[in-house]
Amino acid sequence: MNTLRILTMLAWRNLWRNHRRTLIMLGAVVIGVWAMIFMTALTMGMVNDMIEDSISVLPGHVQVHHPDYLDDPNITNLLPLTDDVIAETFESAGFLAWATRIKVPAVLSSERESRGVTLLGIDPQREEVMSFVDYGAVEGRFLDGPDDAGLVIGRKLAETLETELGKRVVLMSQDPDNDIADRGFRVVGLFSADVQAYEEQYVFAGKKTVQNLLRVGDRVTAIVVLGDDYRNVEPVYEKVHALVDDGVTVSRWTELDTYLGTMLRVMDGFVIVWVIIIFLALSFGLVNTLVMAVFERVREIGLMLALGMKPSSILGQIVIESMMLLVIGLAIGNLLAWASIKPLESGIDVSVVAEGMAMMGAASVLYPQLRFEDVILANTVVLILGFFASLSPAWRASRFQPIEAITKVN
Amino acid sequence: MNLVLRLAWRNLWRQPRRTWLTTGAMVFSNVLLVFMISLQFGMYRLMIENSLQAFTGHMQVQARGYNDDKKMRQTVPDIVALANDLRTELGSDEVAARATAFALASSEDRSYGIAVFGVEPQFEPNVSSIPGLVRDGRYLDSNDAAEIVIGAVLARNLRVEVGDELTLLGSGKDGSFAAVVADVVGIFDSGVAELDRTIAEMPLGLFQDVFYMRGEGHQVAVNAPRLGQVAELRQRVAGLLPAEQDLVVQDWDALLPGLKQAIQADISSAVFMYGVLVILVAFSVLNTQLMSVLERTHEFGIVLALGLKPGRLGRLVMLETAMMGTIGLLIGALIGGALTAWLGVQGFTMPGMDEMGAKFNLPSRLHPEVTIASLLSGPAVVFLFSLLASVYPALRLRRLHPVEAMRAA
Repeated sequence: MNTLRILTMLAWRNLWRNHRRTLIMLGAVVIGVWAMIFMTALTMGMVNDMIEDSISVLPGHVQVHHPDYLDDPNITNLLPLTDDVIAETFESAGFLAWATRIKVPAVLSSERESRGVTLLGIDPQREEVMSFVDYGAVEGRFLDGPDDAGLVIGRKLAETLETELGKRVVLMSQDPDNDIADRGFRVVGLFSADVQAYEEQYVFAGKKTVQNLLRVGDRVTAIVVLGDDYRNVEPVYEKVHALVDDGVTVSRWTELDTYLGTMLRVMDGFVIVWVIIIFLALSFGLVNTLVMAVFERVREIGLMLALGMKPSSILGQIVIESMMLLVIGLAIGNLLAWASIKPLESGIDVSVVAEGMAMMGAASVLYPQLRFEDVILANTVVLILGFFASLSPAWRASRFQPIEAITKVN
Repeated sequence: MNLVLRLAWRNLWRQPRRTWLTTGAMVFSNVLLVFMISLQFGMYRLMIENSLQAFTGHMQVQARGYNDDKKMRQTVPDIVALANDLRTELGSDEVAARATAFALASSEDRSYGIAVFGVEPQFEPNVSSIPGLVRDGRYLDSNDAAEIVIGAVLARNLRVEVGDELTLLGSGKDGSFAAVVADVVGIFDSGVAELDRTIAEMPLGLFQDVFYMRGEGHQVAVNAPRLGQVAELRQRVAGLLPAEQDLVVQDWDALLPGLKQAIQADISSAVFMYGVLVILVAFSVLNTQLMSVLERTHEFGIVLALGLKPGRLGRLVMLETAMMGTIGLLIGALIGGALTAWLGVQGFTMPGMDEMGAKFNLPSRLHPEVTIASLLSGPAVVFLFSLLASVYPALRLRRLHPVEAMRAA
């Protein structure tokens, strides 16, 4: 125990013998650690936004469909369950939120223009917590309930169709027999979305209204279920699976949106690669600093060995010196990263490249996300790899022959 | 060899381990930079080419405002004549007129909303790769037959095959009801999911009849021989447009703003990462050169006392860095270039490439290409910053006092 204290003290004093060199190295470590954490926070923030946006469009973490629906999203592929049966089984299961809906392709026309859209027949109260539409921010009003006869469309779509609140539009789709099903709707609300493409693609109508229009009785195309955490969907998946029989397909969001499911994994991997690359770039300087420190002290290390200090203590002393440098660098780097991310947490405006971000599936405001586990990851990698990097110079120092070392002339 | 050069070279190797470690940092960064930059720019080029080739084309003549709103009545009058004029004036066949509308397409048992394009069957193959990618059946061949070619995904969703009939319902330019029954003569598979799922092409003549276009259309796609010549060609096309009509030429980054911006966003995050790497190397160099200057205080004192100008000593230190930087640059570019070239032959893939490729029109195996620019730009920046980093140690020498310096241990 006592040896350790002495070694620590020696290491600390040695560290500041050449303060200029130590400070430069410290600067490098600080910048490296800052870059690791800052970049990770940006990446994780972006991925998190992308996933949350996309989950709010799906919506939910787990969905149930007719086995053919995902490949062929058509009104003929209805769930083989009636609304009542679904309500009975799902209501008592204790999910955070769940809803049933109809989602089919349709064509929406005003007097002037037509566009292909995705029609969503929903129960607005049930979906409020998971939808990408902020009901309160809707111009006009959002749907009142499943019986609502109005239509809510995106602001951008209203612009292209040259229609506005209170005007009538015609919605066309097909019923299960492929007879054209069409109906006039009054536009009662205009919604805005973070991702502009959603404003052009989705239109909302009451579930009952849509069921009547498409002549499907009380059947729907999907059950959507929200869990607590998108990174941990297994429990919800299992629970839903237990509630339904084999006649339907249960899918996790990672299967419904494979691009994002993959992005989540790729970005988790990218963070590790990034941290390691930065560390490697740092390690050259670190080893260099230690080699120099040992080189300058050949004679005194020889003397310590001659006086009976164990080679392992020499090794320990140098490793401790290196770890001290890293720990100080980590502390300042972490602090700097925190200080630079905090003010940005309200969002970085990247709307100059909004459409590019949309192409990647991200919104035009970036919210960096400083996650505790990412900070731990960066710190652990630096400490562990730093330990191994400093072993080589330290080991060399501990192998000096005392006589040769003492007599060495610098 | 020049005396100063020889001096610098020998100084460099007084501490070979230190020199190699510093050079190692440069080599490491340079290899990474060469590889990443080659991969990135190769990827961008593919993204642009694949996206434009499929359908959009390098530029389009449109009515002013059409690109923002895509409204049916924002038309180019007498579009076939305009396309003909452009072909004659430019001396190029890579010009084709189109018109477009949204319609509900119904087959025997399915209906989907799609974008239907009226195209000139004779010229469309010169500006778009779709006609060449017809998988079943054939492409359109007459200008007014009731025929239609649709994407593979759309065909699957509609459950139609070549020979089946498709009913299109929509509204004409004047807002009246438009309907037509056409035979599916071909099914194309462009590999661009968006196109395969949502579009259909029919002859322009038929389209103009069905949708009451009265000879009008929405876009004239024009291709340049190379992407680099787009700006120049755009000037020429703009000069050829009839002055009395309000027409504009939109180039590809206006037509697909997402593409250019996605590239810009990617470049900015890459610049940040490369910047951090370069700065870390610069710190390494700064440390090494400062140490090597401090070690030599005593001998510098002597040469100063003998009458050497401090400025020359400073240049000596810079020269040492330049030598180290050159070694790092050469080895780094060599290894980086070789690695990239090898991966260029082997192909390079990473987890998730399939999904990302589908999103950005990329193949799932990339073949990075080494160019002079991708080989030297990264290492050149590393070299420059290394030199900058040694300015401080070199300047310190100016403050050196010969007598005090000689007394230093």
